[in-house]
Amino acid sequence: MKILNEFKCSFQAQSANEALARAAVSAFLIPADPTAQELADLRTVISEAVTNAIVHGYRGTTGTVAVCLRMLPDRVIYIRVTDKGCGIPDVEKAMEPLYTSAPEEDRAGLGFAIMQTFTDSLHVRSVPGQGTVLTMRRRLGVQNAEESAD
Amino acid sequence: MQIYYDTQTAELHVRLDGEIDHHSSIPMRAEIDAAIYAHLPHTVILDFSEVSFMDSSGIGLIMGRYKILQPLGCSIILQDPAPHISRILRLAGMERMASIRQSVPKEAIK
Repeated sequence: MKILNEFKCSFQAQSANEALARAAVSAFLIPADPTAQELADLRTVISEAVTNAIVHGYRGTTGTVAVCLRMLPDRVIYIRVTDKGCGIPDVEKAMEPLYTSAPEEDRAGLGFAIMQTFTDSLHVRSVPGQGTVLTMRRRLGVQNAEESAD
Repeated sequence: MQIYYDTQTAELHVRLDGEIDHHSSIPMRAEIDAAIYAHLPHTVILDFSEVSFMDSSGIGLIMGRYKILQPLGCSIILQDPAPHISRILRLAGMERMASIRQSVPKEAIK
């Protein structure tokens, strides 16, 4: 598929960089003229994905989180977040709402549920010991199915 | 973030501000918990009116406080969340743990 625009960045897995990733999404999306809700949704999505990489992927160890943002035809926004952390042994379990591997840290276990609700598609590829790649798409200008339900 | 305790009503007012994410929620949590244990309030009011962003870390922050406050018989009020924050609160089913309310706008008080 034709890529109309692309932005890539990578940063150290530090929690202070969660805000940086949101700022990157905001700046990338502005020319696409998103609604306030679309912008809030995608800022939330990147925040969840990057937080997962930092909190669960690297678990206090150092490493790099890579973000790739693309503008595709038909106003489709593509977001990919990659880490080379510990990986997810059971993706299905990790995606269950309220499941968290870090309850002592007040993690709500809703990261994946929010990412799924606020995007049109979410794909997880994870290899234990090697890392995780999250790929999401959201088309601007259409109310996504889950949201129109509420 | 500002916290004040009303001795008359036994309400702990927590005025959250800025962006609530995993990074910012850690110091917030410590400060709120210190105030809870210092005052043992009857009600904790989390004021979201100055919060511009919140992800699921904010839900974790509320759930964690709920676990502490419920055994103390203390209730939680989530006040004045912006629309995109309300959506996340509803998505997480927070109305089961706390009441969500909009305060009366100042200009409506005569």
